[in-house]
Amino acid sequence: MKKIKPTFGLIINPISGLGGRVGLKGTDTTEIVATAIELGAKPESTIRATTCLKEIFIGLNTSVDIICPPGIMGETSARAAGFSPFVLPIQVPDFTSAEDTRIAVEMMVSKKVSLILFAGGDGTARDIYSVIKDSIPVVGIPAGVKMHSAVYATTPKSAARLVNNYFVSTDINLKDVEVMDIDEDAFRKGHLSASLYGYMKVPFERRYIQGAKSGGIESDESAMSAVAHEISRRIEDNILYILGPGTTLRAIGNALGVDKTLLGVDLFKGGKLIAEDVTNLQIEGIVAKCNNPVKIIVTPIGGQGHIFGRGNQQISPSIIKRVGRESIVIVATTNKLASLNGRPFLVDTGDPEVDQLLSGYIRVVTGVNMESVYRVSD
Amino acid sequence: MTQPHDNYHAARWNEPIIMEMGSEGQRGVLVDETDQAILEEIQNPLDSVPQNMLRSSKLKLPEISQAHILRHYTRLSQMTLGFDVTPDASSGTCTMKYSPKVNEAICRNASVLDVHPLQNPSSLQGILKILFDFEQIMCEISGMYKYSFQASSGAQGIYTNACLIRAYHESNGEGKQRNEIITTAFSHPADAATPSVAGFKVITLMPGENGYPDFQSLLSVLSERTAGLMVTNPEDTGLFNPHIPDMVKAVQDAGGLCAYDQANANGLFGVVRAGDTGFDLCQFNLHKTFSAPHSAQGQGTAAVGVSEKLAKFLPTPVVDFNDTEYVLNYDRPDSIGKIRSFLGNVQTVIKAYSWVMSLGADGLKSVSETAVLNNNYLATKLMQIKGLDLPWDNNVRRIEQVRYTWKQLCLDTGLTTSDLARKMSDYGLQTYMESHVPRLVDEPMTLEPTESLSLDDLDAYVAVLKDISAQAYSDPESLKGAPYKSASDQLPQNQFNDPETWAMTWKAYKTKRE
Repeated sequence: MKKIKPTFGLIINPISGLGGRVGLKGTDTTEIVATAIELGAKPESTIRATTCLKEIFIGLNTSVDIICPPGIMGETSARAAGFSPFVLPIQVPDFTSAEDTRIAVEMMVSKKVSLILFAGGDGTARDIYSVIKDSIPVVGIPAGVKMHSAVYATTPKSAARLVNNYFVSTDINLKDVEVMDIDEDAFRKGHLSASLYGYMKVPFERRYIQGAKSGGIESDESAMSAVAHEISRRIEDNILYILGPGTTLRAIGNALGVDKTLLGVDLFKGGKLIAEDVTNLQIEGIVAKCNNPVKIIVTPIGGQGHIFGRGNQQISPSIIKRVGRESIVIVATTNKLASLNGRPFLVDTGDPEVDQLLSGYIRVVTGVNMESVYRVSD
Repeated sequence: MTQPHDNYHAARWNEPIIMEMGSEGQRGVLVDETDQAILEEIQNPLDSVPQNMLRSSKLKLPEISQAHILRHYTRLSQMTLGFDVTPDASSGTCTMKYSPKVNEAICRNASVLDVHPLQNPSSLQGILKILFDFEQIMCEISGMYKYSFQASSGAQGIYTNACLIRAYHESNGEGKQRNEIITTAFSHPADAATPSVAGFKVITLMPGENGYPDFQSLLSVLSERTAGLMVTNPEDTGLFNPHIPDMVKAVQDAGGLCAYDQANANGLFGVVRAGDTGFDLCQFNLHKTFSAPHSAQGQGTAAVGVSEKLAKFLPTPVVDFNDTEYVLNYDRPDSIGKIRSFLGNVQTVIKAYSWVMSLGADGLKSVSETAVLNNNYLATKLMQIKGLDLPWDNNVRRIEQVRYTWKQLCLDTGLTTSDLARKMSDYGLQTYMESHVPRLVDEPMTLEPTESLSLDDLDAYVAVLKDISAQAYSDPESLKGAPYKSASDQLPQNQFNDPETWAMTWKAYKTKRE
């Protein structure tokens, strides 16, 4: 991968994380921010960003430039770390909003930054995603209350390491990861409802590189194509397949020779997509009229483990019940299973009876002629 | 000596590849002209080779003098580490132990070196007797019924097990139906890879909350399709798995066979036997557990042992004794056939035989007791190092090896376990084994000291890791560029990940370089 120019964008969401310590579950509205500050919340994201930037300054010094918004949205931390940033000509209010983030990102895009480093949570990730989609790689410094997305490094220091490697290494691997967010209002009322917004590119953390002793190494991409190849071998012409969202399912689409939507649920039968990005009612309509057997193919959300009820709510509990547990095919690379750190798969279909039906051990297709078995939480 | 080597520096010769050396016309040895009488007898021997198998051009071998060849390989040997150079506790799961030199001397004896496997067996009686006697020893060690020493690597031995399981089910008319092999995520990857090569579907069990396989998950996948279980025990973690007898019984009740990959057997001599636990077949690596040297993808031997009902399927030939002499028995219609040509690597068997005979049964047991003691001493000392932990439970004893985690140090410093591993070679120690894949332990390090390390060796090893941890906390940047004093600089890791940069032959190297 070629690097264009050694400049990266920096965005700090100064109010991100304010709600967490004081039990407010996020800061999506200005009222919540005011309440958080009244309750004594401290600007964690600024502290964390400065920690990260100091490490970057040690590693890269003046070999890179930073573009950032003024004040607490970037400039203050960048200077504290030793950088002399290029400051964007915008005003930063006391209580920053999603709009401030989006404006700053748009200006960074026009300045052709090669990477965006941000400190924030899921809301921040979503705001950045809404502007750049997967056109520019990002590194997230974990600083929010809600961090369901997979764009964050594990710590501020590991974020620094990813940035440093990105600018020093001659061979960068990028990976598509999920941008997720939950509905804060519903969450505060005790109901968790998360949606998959899309995929951003992050530099690939070399966590799964093995020592030279064990020989061949499988990249995430080749592991995913092995899963896709195995599924394409198993596809039968007379079966209607409900294909869930995600990069693994998109790879399966590629292996089947169809253009699977990344975020949507698509229906596949007889070698082609018969419906794309369908709603739950559309699925139910098509399945009701279909005399063929039906199967569902889904993949868990990386690092988090939901197989139903996050990002694929279009596959309703009544469809799952109609299809039956034995006709659900779970696909995942072994690294994705490892990323769950032993936590079980999760289901939240909205129907406790269906959740119960799905619980227990279930097989997972992990490669060519390779399966694993994994527990679905009760 | 318990202090790290401050003044160490490896030899660094910047040697070219042998193919790039020498020049046209140089020779290492001048071969005599063929005797006229022989020429008249054999005429042109190439006439007997089919035309389509003859090369049209000359073989491109390096042309180089004897002195230059010797210098080249001596230099390469100076740039390697290994058990004869360094106390190698680093290569966890590899069982690096001392290989007694007297066993090398035995194998350089003319009665071993100057024989050919196609000689009449009546002139190979000594070697056949060693193979026969060693088979009886292996049966005693493992509780198995019969052995083959044909497979020449651990993975080939495991592959042999997969072929034996396949042959057994085929003989029962269940070959097509029983097509699933179950293994575990912490078993050696060959326990998944080789049955796949043999045509099975492979199901991998993930570890449960104690670090060993989740027994309930095993029960959930057993069916009439189950062909067998192929597992390492102890697994890479070094943890004792109390469910092994239950796992074996459950698989056998479902109609499957159980194969015990004994690559990690160094803590088990005289303690537990595969046969007594109910396993149907097993395999030991003579080139590790039995002290024959590891030779960089070279000479090895897997001893493949089976219970009585599987004996007829073992590779052919087997060595039999007919009351007067040892014979090679090829008349075995149910055999899976050849796994490797002739008898495999007989020299490895001779070294293993000699090692066992020098120790006796009590000696073998003390090998395991010492290996386990060394390992738990090392683990206890290492637990005092900042940032290093045992996954699952810091208080549980391990058997002969341990997979550790540097997760805390890495969170504190932003380093990775690879940074620390590379630093080992600045002390003249082997870069440590991180993990097989998949990586289920964060920032792993896998160590196995075996019985061959002394107390001083272990203390010196601990001192090095303590020193590295201290540097990681005080000056993490300095570790990112390590090693500085090794035979080579840091290698670009990404190249290991990209098949386009791999070359297995000189021809491929030249093609890809261009």
